[in-house]
Amino acid sequence: MSDDPFDAERDLSRSGCGCGLHRSPAEHDHAARTLRCEPVVSEEKRYEGIVASAVMRAVFPQDVARRAFLKSVGAATALAALSQFFPLKTATEAFADAGPPEKKDLKIGFIPITCATPIIMAAPLGFYARQGLNVEVVKTAGWAVIRDKTINKEYDAAHMLAPMPIAISLGLGANAIPFTVPAIENINGQGITLAMKHKDRRAPKDWKGMKFAIPFDYSMHNYLLRYYLAEHGLDPDTDVQLRSVPPPEMVANLRADNIDGFLAPDNICQRAIYDGVGFLHILSKEIWDGHPCCSFAASREFITTAPNSFAALTRAIVDATGYAAKAENRKQIAEAIAPANYINAPVTVLEQVLTGTYADGLGGVKTDPKRVDFDPFPWQSFAVWMLTQMKRWGQIKGDVDYRAVAEQVYLATDTKKVMAEMGLTPPPTAYKSFSVMGKSFDPAKPDDYLASFKIRKSS
Amino acid sequence: MTLSLRFRAAIVSLALLGVFLGVWHLATRGGGATATMSPEYAKLMGLTATQGKSAMPGPLDVGAKLWEHLKRPFYDNGPNDKGLGIQLAYSIGRVGLGYLIAVIVAIPLGFMIGMSPLISKALDPFIQVLKPISPLAWMPLALYTIKDSSISAIFVIFICSVWPMLLNTAFGVAGVRKEWINVARTLEVGTVRRAFTVILPAAAPTILTGMRISIGIAWLVIVAAEMLVGGTGIGYFVWNEWNNLSITNVIIAILLIGLVGMLLDQVLARFTRMVTFPE
Repeated sequence: MSDDPFDAERDLSRSGCGCGLHRSPAEHDHAARTLRCEPVVSEEKRYEGIVASAVMRAVFPQDVARRAFLKSVGAATALAALSQFFPLKTATEAFADAGPPEKKDLKIGFIPITCATPIIMAAPLGFYARQGLNVEVVKTAGWAVIRDKTINKEYDAAHMLAPMPIAISLGLGANAIPFTVPAIENINGQGITLAMKHKDRRAPKDWKGMKFAIPFDYSMHNYLLRYYLAEHGLDPDTDVQLRSVPPPEMVANLRADNIDGFLAPDNICQRAIYDGVGFLHILSKEIWDGHPCCSFAASREFITTAPNSFAALTRAIVDATGYAAKAENRKQIAEAIAPANYINAPVTVLEQVLTGTYADGLGGVKTDPKRVDFDPFPWQSFAVWMLTQMKRWGQIKGDVDYRAVAEQVYLATDTKKVMAEMGLTPPPTAYKSFSVMGKSFDPAKPDDYLASFKIRKSS
Repeated sequence: MTLSLRFRAAIVSLALLGVFLGVWHLATRGGGATATMSPEYAKLMGLTATQGKSAMPGPLDVGAKLWEHLKRPFYDNGPNDKGLGIQLAYSIGRVGLGYLIAVIVAIPLGFMIGMSPLISKALDPFIQVLKPISPLAWMPLALYTIKDSSISAIFVIFICSVWPMLLNTAFGVAGVRKEWINVARTLEVGTVRRAFTVILPAAAPTILTGMRISIGIAWLVIVAAEMLVGGTGIGYFVWNEWNNLSITNVIIAILLIGLVGMLLDQVLARFTRMVTFPE
């Protein structure tokens, strides 16, 4: 079944479903439930269908007239007639790039961890090129540097930890500069790794006095580790030591016994196991299944000065993220991003992270295909949750307008539009509730949520 | 007898190298304890864990890797992976530029300080405070104000190499023998001419010593600066390989950094000898 606007029986009503194959959202949902909405054959076909529907809709604003016309002349004739005075092919191409990008040569910074998979792989696998962009992905030494280089406009866009664009927009640890997140990179994909010597000390309540590394203060890693420790009765500010350590130094520090463990992005966790230095205590997925980790970020200024480039970039990232979400592509991706030019890590390590069949460091082989997953949609409720944690741990003092900040930074509306244009199905709302370690979070009541925590920094 | 002394020294050097390599080889031969593990688990693990291979590479590993790099020093696999030759060229370029700017600033300023006791006294507190600041401490400030990472790296080189040159120039100029200056004065030589024909040659050895110290520091700092900013250069290479925990490549980089540093030092040592005069 394909989206055929030249089918007399089909409806072209604008209230159709997002994928364009069904008459109404309800019907789409039904189809999705029964046999999952069939993915569209190729991107070009998908655009062609959308353009053809749009043209038909313009020529015959009334459905009845269109149907009568199609019935009397037949679809083939209609298509031929239509393409005579409206070149469908050109329109399709024009739609596909939605106006030429203002800036074609772009630089995107990334940190070499598997969270950046969509951003990195889009270069060797040609996702940027397909949008008419010439993107150079540049490896960067650390989060502070990536922040400064993006603010300095050396990078047009960058891979950032999901809370960083919020922090930058609020002026935490930097001058306040409006930043945006058009797409989340990965969900899950982190882990708590402990040194081998703590093999028999798995209960977090016994961890008093231990030293843990996190990649950055404004990171999901920081919030998740603090959350995990606090749920087990430890005050992360007084009972343990948390240190910001760049990911590559974590394994070296763990080997040197400078730290007892870390909540770090993958491939770092798996790398510690691969080198026999540590073992995986839990995956971050066990704290919050489906948590965001890294984001694709750009300054608001970039969006206003180069809206078409930005749209093309968002399309490329959304596409790449969708591609990375499919389990069957993961092996190929691992090979594409392993060389020194990209992540620079052994292929085995990346494969274990991406395919989810991994050594746990204690002699067992585990399988969890959702160890890391990719989902581009920037849920604004994610941003609200991060803001509650920023307040909880004293990074934000005073009141904060959760919704306003979330909506400023997490561009759910724009991404929804891009996804719909691409023929994908964006979720109907930008807020969803979820549960972290069994405790549910209602994005409508962030202050109640915050007040419900016993362990927090007294302000 | 000198030749034979040299000859004997060379033998001792070689013997020391041999002993060092031998100890290194033996120490990293591995054979550490390995836990028994199932074959499917072992397939997912690295050599350190499966064969008890030492995490430190032996001299043979390093030699093989070095040969690999030497065979193709100028490859370019994209923005994040370039050959060692290219990386070294980037680093030397940065050091050269930052150092040159430092020379242009430090030597005239040093002359002023050396020739005028007033300026010397006035600038002294600033110099004393600024001199001991670690050049890398400037990095965040530079990134923030200059807003360009490669210019920031060059600025850091400049700021670290300027002080030894400035102080040595000032010291050298101030220490020119009074008799020579007085002779020039009695012959009614103008200030500019006096600076170039009397003071400059007299102070040149001290100035060049300062320059020699500076180039050493600049080369030390570039590696750290590039590790911080990333992108290109030998420091970035070290960082990138560290990321992959490839100690072999890090050792090779260390070796090359040492060799290039020695070469730079030797070049300036030669210049110093050229301007040295017997009194």
